[in-house]
Amino acid sequence: MSSTLFEKIWKSHCVFQGESQPNLIYTDRVFLHERTGSFALKSLKERGLNLKNPKHVFATMDHIVDTFPGRGDETLMPGGKQFITTMRDLAKEFNVTLFDINDPRHGISHLISAEQGITLPGSIVTCPDSHTCTLGALGAIGWGVGSSDCEHALVTSTLIGKKPRQMKVSFLGKLNDGVNPKDMMLHLIEKYSVSGGSGYAIEFSGDTIENMPLENRFTLCNMAVEFSAFTGIIAPDQKVFDYLKDRPYSPKESWSEITYHWASLASDDDAIFDKYIEINASDIQPSVSWGLSPEHSIPINGNIPELSDIKNPEKKEEIESSLGYMGLKTGQSLMNLPIDVAFIGSCTNARLDDLRAAAKILENNKVSPDVLAICTPGSADVKRNAEREGIDQIFKDAGFEWREPGCSLCFYAGGEGFLPQQRVITSTNRNFRGRQGQGVRSHLASPETVAASAVAGKIVSSIKVIKQ
Amino acid sequence: MNWSTPYEGMIAPLLIDNIDTDQIIPSREMKTISKKGLKEGLFANWQYEYADGEKVALNKEFILNKKGFLNAEILLSGKNFGCGSSREHAVWALKDSGIKVVIARSFGRIFKNNCARNQLLTIELSEDQIEHINSLIKRNSRNNKVKIYLKKKLIITSDDENYEFDIDPFVMKMFLLDQDFIEHSLSKEKEIDEFVKTDKNKRSWAYL
Repeated sequence: MSSTLFEKIWKSHCVFQGESQPNLIYTDRVFLHERTGSFALKSLKERGLNLKNPKHVFATMDHIVDTFPGRGDETLMPGGKQFITTMRDLAKEFNVTLFDINDPRHGISHLISAEQGITLPGSIVTCPDSHTCTLGALGAIGWGVGSSDCEHALVTSTLIGKKPRQMKVSFLGKLNDGVNPKDMMLHLIEKYSVSGGSGYAIEFSGDTIENMPLENRFTLCNMAVEFSAFTGIIAPDQKVFDYLKDRPYSPKESWSEITYHWASLASDDDAIFDKYIEINASDIQPSVSWGLSPEHSIPINGNIPELSDIKNPEKKEEIESSLGYMGLKTGQSLMNLPIDVAFIGSCTNARLDDLRAAAKILENNKVSPDVLAICTPGSADVKRNAEREGIDQIFKDAGFEWREPGCSLCFYAGGEGFLPQQRVITSTNRNFRGRQGQGVRSHLASPETVAASAVAGKIVSSIKVIKQ
Repeated sequence: MNWSTPYEGMIAPLLIDNIDTDQIIPSREMKTISKKGLKEGLFANWQYEYADGEKVALNKEFILNKKGFLNAEILLSGKNFGCGSSREHAVWALKDSGIKVVIARSFGRIFKNNCARNQLLTIELSEDQIEHINSLIKRNSRNNKVKIYLKKKLIITSDDENYEFDIDPFVMKMFLLDQDFIEHSLSKEKEIDEFVKTDKNKRSWAYL
């Protein structure tokens, strides 16, 4: 019987199936971070439970740790230090490999899980973090869970779950200049709603994806959860195999046999998906969010919808309330809207290609004097490579703070947020109310758009800046 | 909580779509490594009035602060409740505040699973059914009770409408027996070990 890529991996991991019994699905790797990983290990300790296979468990400090240069265990977050030290102590006690704060392999879990070769094609990886779906770019199932299910995976090497429905999202053709995968996802979510992917595992396919650098595929899969999907996945190809070769935890022997097997991991030609979406790449413009959900997004040269265009009274109320919070009006354009802060970071858009794209715009430019600009590379590896290329100098010369890796200001991590009513253009993934600090007005955009807006002191398209 | 017997509780309507877990409990409210004491952070963006980013007073307009809804045990909401971050603190904060059930049109996947692991019941109803319950409360706030018969997968409204709902049979069993998921899976250890043995032969590259 023909099946999708997701179904093939799912089936090969199915331990147990039965009536009124759960599916037990084998999980290859568990990744922990100090905010929820500390909970999970503490809870196991209290219950006297052990890890099924500590060799397959890894941990990092990304959620609560500060990103200031010269940082240690202290954070601005009240009580934050306790999460960090507990994570460290318990990782040691449970024999879990920890990429600690000043470890050269340190970084945001979803980045280093790829960089270290911990996530491999055809595997199932879990982490108590909703953006675990990022790792679908390697042809793996990235399964985000809560603390209890994380404990379950630690103790049993399995998760309980129902196979989600299958959706294929195809992007076809060449992308317009200045369009980042972030724009692709904002376009998709705006068009099909923030809950459009609910109940589905999504396979991204089409020639746009095939031609896309691997780094950009991570951004695409990362935002699958913003579409409410179970996860996002892309069939692994030569780009993935080249990336994983000689990574610390990648297989060392029989490489060609293994990649031959990985190359077979694709949906069958006649596989049936429950839903299909097709998008012409040329329809996608650089986008910016205006409201409190990623579905509140528009092309950068577009206008916020008019209330008269919306029929549902509750939706109207929601939009009015969002606009009130954001200090915006219906029908308004976002172009040239003054900003207070520009932030480049997070598991969505803080990889080397993202920083390179932003650096291209920042080179020989200065951040507007009214704007606070911060960059936190996604991992120590990204930071090192950027510094090797002189990207850090470009950021610093332009007036950006060049920080240490971590989740950082994406969500008030480390207790650091922006000020009430500050307008922030951000390369992150969620523009929820108060996400980056009480009363903060967040606009999601690509790193290119963030960099261009930082220079202009207002929301502008990167294309204009590049052409100048 | 004994779910094998009928349960009656008071509803608070919060009919907004896409209430994310950052709204249920903001990141800044997750202060200690404890599943308890999170009540203060529940819906913190809405529960309080702020000045310069600091809490200054309770927001009396927020439904859970309103007279008649202070002891609500059931939340009634819209589409995609609990979307966003995987933080289980959202569930712990709800439980800590006495919420036992959330009724909504749909739920965020991770949130729904987190609820089941913590014996917080999630029930999906249609838009019309939710609107009907809401209209009863609007008409008279004393009508804000429903009965839930989990065994029969039934909700009975204050005007005696019977709504059937769907629940995964295994999850229902776990609610009725008040059983822990990890304990249950540990009883399948033999099957897991057998799987690993076979899998190791097939996918030796996946094992460190």
